[in-house]
Amino acid sequence: MMVDVPVAEVAEVELYHAKSYWTKYVFSQDAKVIAIQYGGTAVAIGLVGLVLSWLMRLQLGFPDTFAFIDATDYYQFITVHGMIMVIYLLTALFLGGFGNYLIPLMVGARDMVFPYLNMVSYWVYLCAVLILVASFFVEGGPTGAGWTLYPPQSITEGTPGSEGGIILMLVSLALFIIGFTMGGLNYVVTVLQARTRGMTLMRLPLTVWGIFVATILALLAFPALFVGCIMMTLDKLLGTSFFMPEMISLGQQLEYDGGSPILFQHLFWFFGHPEVYIVALPAFGIVSDLLAVHARKNIFGYRMMVWAIVIIGALSFVVWAHHMYVSGMHPYFGFFFATTTLIIAVPTALKVYNWVLTLWHGDIHLTQPMLFSLAFLVTFINGGITGLFLGNVTVDVPLSDTMFVVAHFHMVMGIAPLMVVFGAIYHWYPKITGRMLHEGMGKFHFWVTFLGAYTIFLPLHYIGLQGVPRRYFEFGDTAFIPDSVTTLNAFVTVVTLTVGFAQIVFFYNMWRSYKHGKVAGDNPWGATTLEWQTAETPPGHGNFGEELPLVYRWAYDFSVPGAKNDFIPQNMPPGPDTNNH
Amino acid sequence: MGIFHHLTRKPWLPEQSEIDNQVSGGAVALQTAKVGLRVFLFPISALFTLFLIAYLMRMSFSDWQTLHDPWLLWINTAVLVLSSLALQRSRMLVDGGEVTGMRTYFMLGGVFAFAFLGGQLAAWQQLADMGVYADTNPSHSFFYLFTALHGLHLLGGLVAWGRTVFKIKAGVDVEHLRLSVELCTIYWHYLLVVWVVMFGLLLAT
Amino acid sequence: MIVAIGLLVVLVGTVLFHVYSPWWWTPIASNWGNMDDTILLTFWITGAVFIAVMLFMVYCIYKFRHKEGRVAHYEPENTKLEVWLTSITAVGVAAMLAPGLIVWNDYVTVPEDAVEFEAIGQQWSWTFRLPGEDGKFGTVSMKDMNPDNPFGMSADDPNGQDDVLIEEDEMHLLKDQPIKALLRSVDVLHDFYVPQFRAKMDMVPGTVTYFWLTPIRTGEFEILCAELCGVGHHAMRGTVVVDEQEAYDEWLSDQATYAELVEEARIRKENETRLAMN
Repeated sequence: MMVDVPVAEVAEVELYHAKSYWTKYVFSQDAKVIAIQYGGTAVAIGLVGLVLSWLMRLQLGFPDTFAFIDATDYYQFITVHGMIMVIYLLTALFLGGFGNYLIPLMVGARDMVFPYLNMVSYWVYLCAVLILVASFFVEGGPTGAGWTLYPPQSITEGTPGSEGGIILMLVSLALFIIGFTMGGLNYVVTVLQARTRGMTLMRLPLTVWGIFVATILALLAFPALFVGCIMMTLDKLLGTSFFMPEMISLGQQLEYDGGSPILFQHLFWFFGHPEVYIVALPAFGIVSDLLAVHARKNIFGYRMMVWAIVIIGALSFVVWAHHMYVSGMHPYFGFFFATTTLIIAVPTALKVYNWVLTLWHGDIHLTQPMLFSLAFLVTFINGGITGLFLGNVTVDVPLSDTMFVVAHFHMVMGIAPLMVVFGAIYHWYPKITGRMLHEGMGKFHFWVTFLGAYTIFLPLHYIGLQGVPRRYFEFGDTAFIPDSVTTLNAFVTVVTLTVGFAQIVFFYNMWRSYKHGKVAGDNPWGATTLEWQTAETPPGHGNFGEELPLVYRWAYDFSVPGAKNDFIPQNMPPGPDTNNH
Repeated sequence: MGIFHHLTRKPWLPEQSEIDNQVSGGAVALQTAKVGLRVFLFPISALFTLFLIAYLMRMSFSDWQTLHDPWLLWINTAVLVLSSLALQRSRMLVDGGEVTGMRTYFMLGGVFAFAFLGGQLAAWQQLADMGVYADTNPSHSFFYLFTALHGLHLLGGLVAWGRTVFKIKAGVDVEHLRLSVELCTIYWHYLLVVWVVMFGLLLAT
Repeated sequence: MIVAIGLLVVLVGTVLFHVYSPWWWTPIASNWGNMDDTILLTFWITGAVFIAVMLFMVYCIYKFRHKEGRVAHYEPENTKLEVWLTSITAVGVAAMLAPGLIVWNDYVTVPEDAVEFEAIGQQWSWTFRLPGEDGKFGTVSMKDMNPDNPFGMSADDPNGQDDVLIEEDEMHLLKDQPIKALLRSVDVLHDFYVPQFRAKMDMVPGTVTYFWLTPIRTGEFEILCAELCGVGHHAMRGTVVVDEQEAYDEWLSDQATYAELVEEARIRKENETRLAMN
């Protein structure tokens, strides 16, 4: 059914014209405003997550030093940190933030197809965030069950926040999913239906492909978490036994009987693994475009890049149990999931090759977006490689639940996507505000963040290899853990705080450049995609002026032999200046 | 196979460009709202499918007891079928431009849907009278959960139905009404299928 | 230039760190040396790829950095190159996967001469049980579990009478004897983890999970819990001691069976009653 329709023109999106300040800037239906609301909220809650990571690092680096952090606090910090970073920051920022801003502009639409739904999506997301924050203020505090929320412990007494905290967490997640589904419908249908004339699927920039496929994954994967949340809520509130087995909690026989904790793990990871790609695929897409624009060269192997995104997306639904090799599930699953997991490495590796091959014979401008893209490549290759350890079932046995796992996923789905977020902000800030970010501050920010983050997580792999377990409040006297691990932890904590505080420079840069930055013009990077061809910068309501742009070429006509400039915008018709025909 | 063929095209080639330049942006020859509804049905299907899988997985544990389905469910199923049929009829009428008949059947469809929800509540009451509560056995928990979720989805549909009724009263033009009626009908049929699958599973286990 | 050097420093630093890192796996104490081998193999293959790709990047950044008049090449794709790269990657991946699956097969196939012991996790301590002379565990149930009967043994199961109950957090194993660890949990998820054994597995309430190993050297090793189990997770420690036959027998003879414990309790109770009557 998915073929391009050559005949009937698709009607333009009907624009809602805001009349008051409130409908223009607060309850706005303009995807660009919603994008900024999503982005701002995600970054704000992300900063909470960052501070939580400092607190937990303080404990790990200097145990017995900070009286205000006890084991209860520590487990609450790691739990909420994980949840915030994965879901409320990265998912919301890539899809709700970048997705909302870029999809309509890049496909040549005036707005998302269901603007009202889009607006509601944001407000539901905001509620989810507020409920999450509220869990800090209920009795017992937020849940300390780990971001995986494994029952039975997540709802039994021995875990922090097993009363109010866990319930608010589950409610917040359910709301997030509902809100996301509203937004997700928009992203998918906009890409399918609202592209401008000439914008075929294979002319879409990879950014749109990444966000598009990630959204489809999210629409299909989040229901699994939703199901898990509802069933766990009922186990907690009504005393059902979906996940809860017969058990004696701290000497008390509970009423539960016969439930299966592993069932929850299956549901959780059926969501949780695609979730990794929900974060990664938009990053893949965006970094492809950043590399192409700033190396003045077409992305190498565009078709393979699209296929790889689609294949990775599809495969991500059949690898979930590689998080459960030592969970006690049937051991024969290990053969299947190890195989699928390692197969997924092939298209992923191909993407890496194509990114570095894009640099080959390029004209590499070492701008901030390019620097962060390179940093993404380094951290992603590193983190991807350690994924081959953990995905390979036997190798996972000694490494699972150690710091190796922590180091791996922070590198591959924490630092690497974050590098793309930074790169993307440096890249699109001029379009969003009309001004360039300050380069000197950018360089400082880049080097401290990249080198610092790499220094934090590289050594953690090795103490994990040594057997240092994750999620430990303190290690106490453990014979196999030498003192050097404590020294290392202290060092890592210092670096973490340094990198964390260096972000002030970044925020200052954003704040200052908004008023005092160099005026950017419409297309400061010489990019080809449609968002840079708008009539005004920042783009006004309706994105494009009177007429929607018509598309005449793919998104990567850089350095075309014989062309006048080293880039040809997608909406430039063939002519003497373009020389391709 | 359209999509796969499409993905093999080389967008940078001049001969491909000639073709691509003529293409309008929509991938599916349908109104946007209908595409939206169809896309929406995917996550909903994922939701119910995952519940079914969880049900089947949970069933294999020793504490599972078979639930004696209340006979009322048969009647409720019949009512839901009638509801779907009424909406289907109203959709056919609106296609033919018969607004008056459409209005009657459309209202009727909604009334049947409410009747179905009432019947489901009565079925809950029947079960509760038999001492079957949400926490007595996992099969009971699943039954309450299934019916509640399905009911909530139908209730969501009834909100859309109510808005359409409002539009009919306000005398909105036929073209506009037709879309609303069609969307409701598709959603109704979908929920009927979900219910039949779930009811079948409950009977079979 | 600075960027190329910076990335080169990252690469060299990573390799040097790998080579000179003071942190490496603990000396192995079980038969799972082939797990270490698969890790090493993975390090070699992925390390080679990491170095190659990084060097290529550094070279590109140095060689093709922007200069006045440089024009990038226009090359949409190169199918032949991509097919090659994909094939080589697939071979490399297979080279890691195949040994992995073979070792996994060993891991999940318990040898027939393995003797069983049971490790039981609860918040936040370990207890253990041996099947006794008959080699069979008696049935246990949560319903029977109480302070007087912490293992939940059922009194009328003949298999259970000679079960050795170890109600402290130290367990002994016999060197060179294949062992199947049966894992149970009373409350939440736990994970029986001894770094020197490499093996680990979650303990799931409601089911019995397992893994097997053969201890290959004597010594005292720490048991850690490797699945977050609540606020005392980090403090849930135990010890496993690997003995030669003689030491093992001596330890075993000090342990009490279920029947003995019941008898002991009965006598104690009688004495208490007598005292009370006096």
